[in-house]
Amino acid sequence: MVYEKVLNLITDLKGEEDDSITKETLLTELNLDSLDIAELIMNIEDEFNTTVDERESLKSIGDVVEFIEKKIG
Amino acid sequence: MRRVVITGMGVISPVGNDLPSFKDSLINGKSGIAPITRFDTSETKIKVAAQVENFDPKQYFIDKSEIRKTDLYVQYAYAAALQAMNDSGLRAIDDGENSANCDPERLGVYVGSGIGGMTTFYDESVKLHTRGPSRVSPHFIPMMIGNIAAGTISIKFGACGPTLPVVTACATSTNSIGEAYLAIKHDRADAIIAGGSEATLTPLAVAGFANCFALSESDDPERASIPFDKERNGFVMGEGAGILIIEELTHAQKRGAKIYAEICGYGNTSDAYHVTAPHPEANGATASIKLAVKEAQIGENDKIYINAHGTSTQLNDKAETLAIKKVFGERAYDIAISSTKSMTGHMLGAAGAIEAIASTLTFTDGVVPPTIGYKIPDPECDLDYVPNKAREFKADFALSTSLGFGGHNACIALKRFNADERTK
Repeated sequence: MVYEKVLNLITDLKGEEDDSITKETLLTELNLDSLDIAELIMNIEDEFNTTVDERESLKSIGDVVEFIEKKIG
Repeated sequence: MRRVVITGMGVISPVGNDLPSFKDSLINGKSGIAPITRFDTSETKIKVAAQVENFDPKQYFIDKSEIRKTDLYVQYAYAAALQAMNDSGLRAIDDGENSANCDPERLGVYVGSGIGGMTTFYDESVKLHTRGPSRVSPHFIPMMIGNIAAGTISIKFGACGPTLPVVTACATSTNSIGEAYLAIKHDRADAIIAGGSEATLTPLAVAGFANCFALSESDDPERASIPFDKERNGFVMGEGAGILIIEELTHAQKRGAKIYAEICGYGNTSDAYHVTAPHPEANGATASIKLAVKEAQIGENDKIYINAHGTSTQLNDKAETLAIKKVFGERAYDIAISSTKSMTGHMLGAAGAIEAIASTLTFTDGVVPPTIGYKIPDPECDLDYVPNKAREFKADFALSTSLGFGGHNACIALKRFNADERTK
């Protein structure tokens, strides 16, 4: 559920779906620049009504999903 | 002396989103003015505008994610620039099929805007007020700033030469073209993508312009933008972008480019008088036209067309008429003058470029566009405004004037291109 929502947020940012994205995909491999990643994190915070304060430790999509799942319990 | 010519043109406007449909509308006197549908007008006295219709940014942006990160004013600018570059055939980078025909460091971008990304500025201000500073988009600043159309175009076309995004309100893109002309003439570049863009059909901008008494409150689209008519009562907001490829003559000839017109004069002055009202004696406007006419070396018997700023405000049209009379004396009555704002509305920072493009019609099609909606003559505006119907008229020279808030006056002179003419 969290994973699907994160994928949707990425699709919104990229303007089109990207089938190649998996949980192993690194944030740096999304073909998004630093401003886009900042916006993605902001959108994730809005979507899950939480704050992402350990941005540096989140390397992959899987890391992000795991982080959110822990946060929102 | 290096000669400077126009080799490409692109248009996003209320009367057409490409050059052929734009030309067709102007020749047929078709208006783009209609009731505002972009937002709810129930709380404003302003009911009509000249809106760009059926604009689809996906037609122009290959990377769809860019659309979300660009203000509408940048989308208009890039769309018009892409049209103009394709029209001209100019390339600073190999595109796979065609090799470059311009040194990237000799290709510049002079594209301005009167205001910049106002929609973005407004939306992010609302976020700041309702949800706090942490919710303001990281893209906010690069989306909103007034130079980002020029920056985007430079990145897209690999233009590494001079970049100068002019901001002189409604004179913006006449200044952009004039400064591009000077830069090429003085060997700072071989080609420049020049023009302007504006996308301010927003409740905030309309309220601001309305409250400083600039806009027509007429709800009749046919009696709202009526330049030089006695009953004129303010301008009608337009939007869009106009982009021209300005190029050094031998550079254009070497690659076999088509040439729409030669640019041969430019005047740039200030009223130093008032933020919104023109000088009552039209001193600054007169001086800017004089400078362009002098540099263009317009002769006594040359036929002249003037695309006037002609906003449809009481003050502008009267002052501009006075300026034309001060420059040309009795000859002013023999000049064909029109205001295409009667059809396009006032495209603000894009107006000058759009009107320069409209001015080339006399060279390419032997026709000058009309001032439509003209009914009631004004004794203080008694020149030949080409009322209501386009006219067959092959001018030797065309002048395009733009006068902006802040007292900025700009005038460019275009000339029918003659390859055999000896360079003076």
